[in-house]
Amino acid sequence: MSKLMAFEEPVVKLREKIDELKTIAVEADVDMSGEIEKLETRLTQLEQSLYANMEPWNRVQVARHPQRPTTLDYIERIFDDFIELHGDRSFKDDEAIVGGIASFNGQPITIIGHQRGKTTKENIRRNFGMPHPEGYRKALRLMQQAEKFKRPIICFIDTKGAYPGKAAEERGQSEAIARNLFEMAGFKVPIISIVIGEGGSGGALALGVANKIFMLENSTYSVISPEGAASILWKDASYAKQAAEAMKITAPDLKQLGVIDGIIPEVAGGAHKNVDQQASTMKEYIVDTLVHLNSLSVEQLIDERYAKYKNIGQFIE
Amino acid sequence: MAIRDLFSINRKKNAGSIIKKSDEKHFPEGIVTKCPKCKTIHVTKEVEKNLKVCPKCVYHFNMTAHERINCFLDKDSFTSMDDHLQTMNPLNFPAYIEKVNSDMEKTGLNEAVLTGVGTLKGNPIAIAVMDSHFRMGSMGSVVGEKITRAVEKATELRIPFIIFTASGGARMQEGVLSLMQMAKTSVALKRHSEAGLLYISIMTHPTTGGVSASFASIGDLNIAEPQSLIGFAGRRVIEQTVREKLPEDFQTAEFLLDHGQLDAIISRLDMRDKIATIVKLHVQGGVSHV
Ligand SMILES: [Zn+2]
Repeated sequence: MSKLMAFEEPVVKLREKIDELKTIAVEADVDMSGEIEKLETRLTQLEQSLYANMEPWNRVQVARHPQRPTTLDYIERIFDDFIELHGDRSFKDDEAIVGGIASFNGQPITIIGHQRGKTTKENIRRNFGMPHPEGYRKALRLMQQAEKFKRPIICFIDTKGAYPGKAAEERGQSEAIARNLFEMAGFKVPIISIVIGEGGSGGALALGVANKIFMLENSTYSVISPEGAASILWKDASYAKQAAEAMKITAPDLKQLGVIDGIIPEVAGGAHKNVDQQASTMKEYIVDTLVHLNSLSVEQLIDERYAKYKNIGQFIE
Repeated sequence: MAIRDLFSINRKKNAGSIIKKSDEKHFPEGIVTKCPKCKTIHVTKEVEKNLKVCPKCVYHFNMTAHERINCFLDKDSFTSMDDHLQTMNPLNFPAYIEKVNSDMEKTGLNEAVLTGVGTLKGNPIAIAVMDSHFRMGSMGSVVGEKITRAVEKATELRIPFIIFTASGGARMQEGVLSLMQMAKTSVALKRHSEAGLLYISIMTHPTTGGVSASFASIGDLNIAEPQSLIGFAGRRVIEQTVREKLPEDFQTAEFLLDHGQLDAIISRLDMRDKIATIVKLHVQGGVSHV
């Protein structure tokens, strides 16, 4: 069973109570089926209302759930013939980003995504999904390759941010991110970006200049983490819950702000509750979006991308 | 990254660092001025005449956007653009508009960047100058829009685009909309570049976070003023992450040059001459092989 999140406590308590009643019913050999049925109806209702109207902070917890499906989980379920391609050809292979080629409904495509680990060991190897410059440069290399062979690019965004470290600065973390934004603006192939977990700041955006941007229902996308915002706003990181609301970082918030094109609904309670089902929902979105993007000319693709970003922002003219 | 950037807080505590710069009001008023680096006391007018560079140790005081335009472009050639754009409060942050209004009054700017067109030794250019005295030069919707329109103007007129950056990064009060200005400015710069036109990024103190990680770092030429703080993540964040002492010159212009991230460091005293030469080398000639 997957790790439970704090906000799920009422559901857990009720489920425990039902289990308890069931045990008593068996042990004491009494008929409690009416009682149990009533409680089970209440449990369903409770689950529905809990998962239908999730508070921003609850979504943050779902987005950070240790069992939340990662880029590789989706690749395996959505695409055929995936072949991972490594390295930036300059310094090393940064495993905080994975990428490669695959087949999607018969069409060759390039896939790139941040990659967290699920175990401590894997997380250390993948630096908790926080890339160094060479990760972004590997991504850029694979995108340039995709352009040469006229393959659409699909990016999965799932990072707390680009890694803040000495070596990252020495090797030009800023330039690596900036270069991707700049080059992604001009690629002559369709680009789709999907935020699947946490989308943290510039390190997320470096895979996010796309024709269409989607967010999974319980993912987040922000300029600064709720903890970071809280320590600036209230000088106390423990106000992260309040900051998660104030900063407008959830998928519905971003849709409303005009930043994303669509929200991909999640399995009740979060994608980790049924990864296969989540992958198949996501696949439908990618199919529909590619049908549209495949029909555009190169000029239309680039102009559409330009117009999309040009229109983001609020000011009085 | 963060708006009230960790850099400056850290900086004050880090006395003795060679990158120490004054974070006091942009330029001390009064008849005399003390250089925060060499501690020499100068007559203020002398320092101002020297483009706000310490005559003794060449410490570069921060400049306002208007001061920069005045010492960089040809006299009276500058026409500003988009001074009418006004900041909104998309996340309903308490007191945000009041703070913006107060900085408008203080700086005479409508936002943290001044944009327009002018000439540099006769060559027309489009220019953007960020001003760290306005919300620490942070980038929200108006800053992103003004820079984007200035780039578009340069593309339309087929002229070079030059920016002087000075920014703590993306503006937290506008949330993810600030982050997206990094993408907005990038798509405009890509189009300018595809047209075969020149873009020079000149980084001044400080250039950090989301500004460093977008337009500041993708010039055809990346230039910096001496000793400017330039970097992606805040020094304190990095120290907490790596748990090791960082070199004193970490994230200075000199550090970046040493690590291959800059084309050149140019003193403010030479900036106009050298950039004018660079522009001249790009707008004249160029062989057309068919
Ligand atoms: Zn001095």
